[in-house]
Amino acid sequence: MSRRESTVERRKPSDFLGPIVVFGLVIGAWYALSLAILPEAKRFLLPTPHRVVRDGFLVWSAGEQRGLKPILISLWDSVKIALIGLSLTVVLGMVLATVMATRRWVEKATWPYLVALQSAPILAMTPLIRALIDTVQVQRVLVVMLISFFPIVSNTLFGLLSVDRAQHDLFALQGASPLLRLRKLQFPAALPNIFVGLRISAGLSVIGAIVGDFYFRQGGVVGIGAQIDIYRQRLWGPELIASIVLASLFGLSVFTSFGLLRTAVIGKWHVITRE
Amino acid sequence: MQFDDIGMTFPDGTTALESVSFDVAPGEFVTLVGPSGCGKSTLLRIASGLENPTRGKCSIDRDSIGFVFQDSTLLPWRTVQRNVELFAELHGEDRAECERRATEVIDLVGLGEFTDKYPRQLSGGMKMRASLARSLVMKPRVFLFDEPFGALDEMTRERLNDELLAIFSRERFAGVFVTHSIAEAVYMSTKVLVMSARPGRIVESIDVHFAYPRSHELRYEPSFAALCGEVSAALRVVS
Repeated sequence: MSRRESTVERRKPSDFLGPIVVFGLVIGAWYALSLAILPEAKRFLLPTPHRVVRDGFLVWSAGEQRGLKPILISLWDSVKIALIGLSLTVVLGMVLATVMATRRWVEKATWPYLVALQSAPILAMTPLIRALIDTVQVQRVLVVMLISFFPIVSNTLFGLLSVDRAQHDLFALQGASPLLRLRKLQFPAALPNIFVGLRISAGLSVIGAIVGDFYFRQGGVVGIGAQIDIYRQRLWGPELIASIVLASLFGLSVFTSFGLLRTAVIGKWHVITRE
Repeated sequence: MQFDDIGMTFPDGTTALESVSFDVAPGEFVTLVGPSGCGKSTLLRIASGLENPTRGKCSIDRDSIGFVFQDSTLLPWRTVQRNVELFAELHGEDRAECERRATEVIDLVGLGEFTDKYPRQLSGGMKMRASLARSLVMKPRVFLFDEPFGALDEMTRERLNDELLAIFSRERFAGVFVTHSIAEAVYMSTKVLVMSARPGRIVESIDVHFAYPRSHELRYEPSFAALCGEVSAALRVVS
């Protein structure tokens, strides 16, 4: 049997070329849309890429919320909310999934509501959230949790329940307690699924933070979602697009970090195969 | 180890086993052969305590059982070393003791160079060796084998037969071995039990008198072939 020992894939030119080509195409389409398709009177809706770079990224601060500085301050505010919400989601979600995996009646009792929660519109819940919670920061964290909760629970639960019957027998034969079995068998076996859930939840926490910013804000520093809303109202195209790009980059970096974390923790034994 | 009038009827009404009785003493290696679905595996599950018989009694020292499954059931996130340490770890031994015991049996099954490999990096034969080593760590007095080498090629299977016999000669546990291979059954055991199709009963008990250690030349002796013929004839009658 031939077997390739290396776990690290060799980088091929196409690995770099692909994203570069797509980037070029997107920029090209953007210019076409901005200069050729939109009538000149409406060009402010989609300023050209070089204008976005010049006015959105290269101006540090130009008073009245203009420039890169207010964007970064808002982004940092949302980053904190997203990370706090995500941490709470991960801890609570994994605890709930563990209880569901060990107590079948808990699984039966909570599952339908988790599914319902996943599809419930946040918009409809905003008045209730406002009525129940006074602090804006807590309201925002709650929105992050509502949006990112389901994937971590469902993936952890699925992982914990996916252990091979023969491996359960193995632990039963050694008289292992349920807790020991959970720690040494089910939890490690669930790790690949847990990382899938983490990645999805992390991406959703960024979306949750931005959505939360829209609905819950107060004077002073506002989140990037609220900032985007301000730019939208004032029709400040370059700042608007710069904020969106930076928010996307934050989402991308969260997604990538969890990918790297996955490789570091389970990359040695869990290999994704691709034909 | 004593099986006394064991019967097993599953909740869906199928009777897997009907009145099975036999003894296995330490130093005895008993092989079960029989048509597919005759309840051989069920018998091992009852012996190990994973299932309770609906009739009869199985007397066995449950604290000292080794069980090797059809599949190696190694934990993919542990290296060979850590897989072999598992049972000692589950019984609360400290790290140094787990390590010492594992190293000893890993050498015994010839996996000394592969301690840091993960299961996915091992061949089928190596996985079964690791699985065997994992059970050996607890020095079981009773060893149950459920077609452990069934998925291996013949060369590897014969080599593992010899290695297992060498370990058996050293440890002198009481062994029960389920297999589909007549030659393997005769080569390994002190006694071959032939079971009937469902519901499983023991229809014939054939003693194997060759002395241990057995060498692979034995496989080509006329007396070996004659015994295989006897087992084969008994199997023909029941299936």
